Amino acid sequence: MVKVMRLAFKNLLRYKRRTLLTGLLIAVGVVAVIVFAGLSGSFKRAVVGQITDSVLSHMQIHRKGYVASIDNLPLDRMLMPQAYEKLSDILATEPGVAAFSPRIKFGAMLSNYAQTTNVRLNGIDPDKEERTVPLLKQRIKSPLHNDTLLKPGEVLLPEVLATGMGIKTGDTVVLVANNKDGSVNGMTFQVAGVVESLMGPGGRDGYLHIDDAAGLLRMNQKEISEVAVRVKDIDRVDDVANRLRGVLEPMTNKQGKPMFELHTWDQLTPFSNIIRMIDLLTLGVKVILIAVVLISVFNVMMMSVYERVREIGTLAAMGTQPRRIMGLFVAEGFSLGLVSGLAGAAVGLVALLMLNLKGVETTMGQGNQVIALAPSVAPMEVVWACTIVLAVSVLASLQPAAKAARMDPVEALRHV
Amino acid sequence: MDIVTFEGVSKIYRMGEIDVSALDGVSLRIQGGTFTALVGPSGSGKTTALNLIGCLDRPTTGQVIVAGVDVNVLNKRQGAAFRGGNLGFVFQDFNLLPVLTVYENVEYPLLMIQNMPKEKRKPAVVRALEAVGMSDQARKYPAQLSGGQKQRTAIARALVGNPALILADEPTANLDGQTAHTIMELMKRMREEFGTTFVFSTHDPRIMDQAEVLFHLEDGRLREEPSMVKEAAHG
Repeated sequence: MVKVMRLAFKNLLRYKRRTLLTGLLIAVGVVAVIVFAGLSGSFKRAVVGQITDSVLSHMQIHRKGYVASIDNLPLDRMLMPQAYEKLSDILATEPGVAAFSPRIKFGAMLSNYAQTTNVRLNGIDPDKEERTVPLLKQRIKSPLHNDTLLKPGEVLLPEVLATGMGIKTGDTVVLVANNKDGSVNGMTFQVAGVVESLMGPGGRDGYLHIDDAAGLLRMNQKEISEVAVRVKDIDRVDDVANRLRGVLEPMTNKQGKPMFELHTWDQLTPFSNIIRMIDLLTLGVKVILIAVVLISVFNVMMMSVYERVREIGTLAAMGTQPRRIMGLFVAEGFSLGLVSGLAGAAVGLVALLMLNLKGVETTMGQGNQVIALAPSVAPMEVVWACTIVLAVSVLASLQPAAKAARMDPVEALRHV
Repeated sequence: MDIVTFEGVSKIYRMGEIDVSALDGVSLRIQGGTFTALVGPSGSGKTTALNLIGCLDRPTTGQVIVAGVDVNVLNKRQGAAFRGGNLGFVFQDFNLLPVLTVYENVEYPLLMIQNMPKEKRKPAVVRALEAVGMSDQARKYPAQLSGGQKQRTAIARALVGNPALILADEPTANLDGQTAHTIMELMKRMREEFGTTFVFSTHDPRIMDQAEVLFHLEDGRLREEPSMVKEAAHG
């Protein structure tokens, strides 16, 4: 094998410029795959991180049927205290769960005594919410407290509303809400901060203490709209979700119908479609790489065979077995792919390193959310790119190599 | 003992719609250890006869036996194995591999065809290079050699595997008169030293004189019985 590879390298160096150009083409393809995968991967991670760590969390559990009407924030499809207790026990014993937070979601009227508007609100337990969506705190501008998100009697208002109504931290506002029976209640709150907007569901919601929410809605017993759940490892969110579904689905209400429904973050946000699009684009870049390698290696190997017909005839005449002649040409394609692939991988990784050192930032939403990207690529992605280059190089060499192996030595020796 | 036997060998090539007879009912015997020439003008069938002896081609009719093996029955893989183990080739254009040094060219048959281990390979290559007087050029590439040096290297490559038979197609056609004479002398000396049978084709009268046995071909037929120019050393 070593002797075949050695001869293959020597033959590749015979046409230095051609080999260099082809190798360069392949290497650029590998660099493109690695840099694109690194950038798109870090963009995905950053945006998914923003959405899951500051709003949605990794999964949410609701009373069965709630998500179908989630835009209406229905108050008649809440989890009763007994159901929430059962759910809490289950979540507390699931090893994949890092934290969970109950929320009461409802719509209300917000007034600053001069203007009135609608607002979507989340009643939260500040400590649990902070553990479940740790980036929420970073979205609060001019916070009243540094040690907690908010205290009873306080509200965090979405930036778009606060700015529009000229509300600042420390101001007093009135929230008026209808409970599920239709009666109206109003309470005054102090603004504990303004929450930066974020794209996607819940990105423009306000927050208040869960006890205040229950009070405003005149709940006799605390009913829960949703339970946000954070898992220890987001890459294993589906495993944890499946385990929990296995426990929750058999649980039924008095009518024999399922009590709960569980959705993972990608089922709750349209951003999952953008992620699928990014994955598709990454696949597209990989397909382009495959095409580049296939065409360039095939072209080089075909030229190599046509230029060395007499040489192939000589090898065959001397007694070189057809399979060895084939091996020599396949080894040339393999060597070309190997060197180019490794060079491309090395340059690609250096490019990612430089991007990391330089820092890459992108904006989202209305342009006020700056996301710092940390482009990196999984080792398997690099291995995959190199493996694809090698496999396609060998594939592209097979036909020219078979042509060389099939050559009639008499005809080949006669070739001018 | 005969190393090559032709029994009524004909070879017809199809060129478009026309059949061209390259050999027509040729029967001949070449004794082992001889320095034999196939002579005749261009198109007389010399190269076709060498191709048949070298298992590179098959006769249309008749039987070709080389070193006791009926070459008609060998498939492509068996033919390659037979050539690799029993035959050596010297070409008119030398046909050295340009990316390999002189040493590597001579080493090629042992390395890539016979898969000989290095400890056996190296002495064999050194001996072949010394025999043809190319030891001091071993690190050079073919492009750095003269025509005579290239042909010496090609002879060393043909000899290194110690084949029973070396086939040389117009081995001096691309060499000047003096170099051609030297190469023929070298081939004869190698025949003595290695005990290998040499069969070569030529249409150069000066080279024919070097042969011990001459087979005259004309229009694909043997013109007459072989001429015994000199007594074969191993005949």
